[in-house]
Amino acid sequence: MNANKKERLVAAIQNGTVIDHIPSEKIFQVVALLALEDLATPVTIGCNYRSKKLNKKGIIKVEDKFFTDEEISRLSVVAPNVILNIIKDFEVVEKKMVTTPDMLKGIVRCNNPKCITNNEPMYTVFHTVDKEKGIIRCHYCEKEQFIDKVELV
Amino acid sequence: MEKHNFVTIADMSREKILYMLNMAQEFEKRPNREILKGKVVATLFFEPSTRTRLSFETAANRLGARVIGFADPKVTSGTKGETLKDTILMVANYADVIVMRHYIEGAAQYAGEVTNVPIINAGDGAHQHPSQCMLDLYSIYKTQGTLENLNLYLVGDLKYGRTVHSLIMAMRHFNPTFHFVAPKELAMPEEYKIYCREYGIRFEEHNEFNEDIISDADILYMTRVQKERFSDLMEYERVKNVYILKSDMLSKAKSNMRILHPLPRVNEIAYDVDLNPHAYYIQQAGNGLFAREAIFCDVLGITLDEVKNDKTIIL
Repeated sequence: MNANKKERLVAAIQNGTVIDHIPSEKIFQVVALLALEDLATPVTIGCNYRSKKLNKKGIIKVEDKFFTDEEISRLSVVAPNVILNIIKDFEVVEKKMVTTPDMLKGIVRCNNPKCITNNEPMYTVFHTVDKEKGIIRCHYCEKEQFIDKVELV
Repeated sequence: MEKHNFVTIADMSREKILYMLNMAQEFEKRPNREILKGKVVATLFFEPSTRTRLSFETAANRLGARVIGFADPKVTSGTKGETLKDTILMVANYADVIVMRHYIEGAAQYAGEVTNVPIINAGDGAHQHPSQCMLDLYSIYKTQGTLENLNLYLVGDLKYGRTVHSLIMAMRHFNPTFHFVAPKELAMPEEYKIYCREYGIRFEEHNEFNEDIISDADILYMTRVQKERFSDLMEYERVKNVYILKSDMLSKAKSNMRILHPLPRVNEIAYDVDLNPHAYYIQQAGNGLFAREAIFCDVLGITLDEVKNDKTIIL
C-alpha cells in the first residue's frame, strides 16, 4: 500500500478542521473536551495511526466547524502539541499549533484542596510559568503545578 | 495615593519596602494619633489568631479608628454555608478597611477582587502572612540599621514555615546571604532554592546547629519544629532537641546579632536566652504595632508625607 492510499483511509473534508498529532490515548478526552458528540456535522475520529513524531497518533476531522480561541486553550491542557488544520475548499488554509496560553481562566482545577478556588463558587485563574515544562501557577494560592497533573473544571 | 490591598509581599518592590519601613519608623516615634478618626476597621478572623488580631486592633485603636469584627469563626455565617464573597460584600457595606485571617489559601486575594474596600491579609493558610513579614523586616532594619548585605540564618521548620519563605522573597532586593539550618524532613523546599538561584541569592544549607555555625550571623531567625509535621515520629524524636537555641551557644555570636522568632515559641528557644542581649523576639512582636499602623495608612491612601506632617498626633 502506498502512502497516498493510507491517507485516503480517512475521507477528506471540504470545509472544517482537522486536528492532528493527538496522542492516541488522549483522543477521547479531546472528543469530550470539545463536545464533539453534540455536533450535527460529520465527525471522523481515528486513532492508532502511525506517526513519526508520536509513534501512534489520533486524528479528528470535523466538518463545518472552526474552533474558538477559548476551545483551543482548553485543548492545550489535554494535548498541548496538537496541530489544527483549518480546511477551506479541500485546502489547508491555516495550520494552528496549539500552545498553552499565558492565562487559563475557568479551565482547570487547582490541585491544592486548601485553595480558595476549591472552597468557593468562583472561576479558577492560572498563569503559565514555563510553557516547555508545562508549569502553571494558581493565581490565588500561588502553588505551581504541572499542566498534565491538573483536572479540567 | 490610591486605596489598595495588602495581600502579598512577593511582588513588593525594594522602594516600597523601604517606604513602608520609613512609615513604621514614624509611627514608632509617635504611635498615638487620630489620623484614622471616623474610620471603621473590620477584623474578620475566620481562624483564631489572638496575637495577630490584638496587634491589628491595637494599631487601629492607636490611630483613632473604631473596630468591628469577629475573633471566632463559629459565630459567623460561614458555618451556615455563606460564601466568603457574600461575607466580604456584607462587611464592605460597614467598614473602610477589612483585615482578614483565613485558613483557606488565596482567600485574601479573592476578597480583594470582589470589593473596593481595601483588604489586609492577616494570614491565609500556609500561603502568606505579609504583615508578619513587614514586622520582621522592620525588626531587622531597626536592629541592624540596614537591610543590605546581611547574613541571615533561618532555623527549624523551613518546609512549612511561611514566614521564612516570605522573608526570602522580601530580602531578595538587599543582597542577603541565607543559611538554612533544618532537619532533612523540614528542609527548605526545592522551589525556594530555585527562587534563590533565579534571583542570585546566596544560600548554604546546614543540618548541624551549634555555636560555630551561627558565629557570623547577623540575624538568627528561629522557628518552631512541630511534631505534627513529621511523618516519621522517630525522626522527630531524633531531631526535636537538635534545633533548640541555648544561651551558651551564643558565646561566639557577633555583637550586632539578634534572635528573631515569629512566636509563639514552645521550647525551641531555651528560657535562659531571654535575658541574653541578643534576644529580640519580644520586641520584634512589639514592632508589629508600628508595622501595622503603617499598613493601615498605606492601604487607605495616606502617604508617608501625610504621616510626617500629621496634625492629629496625641503627645
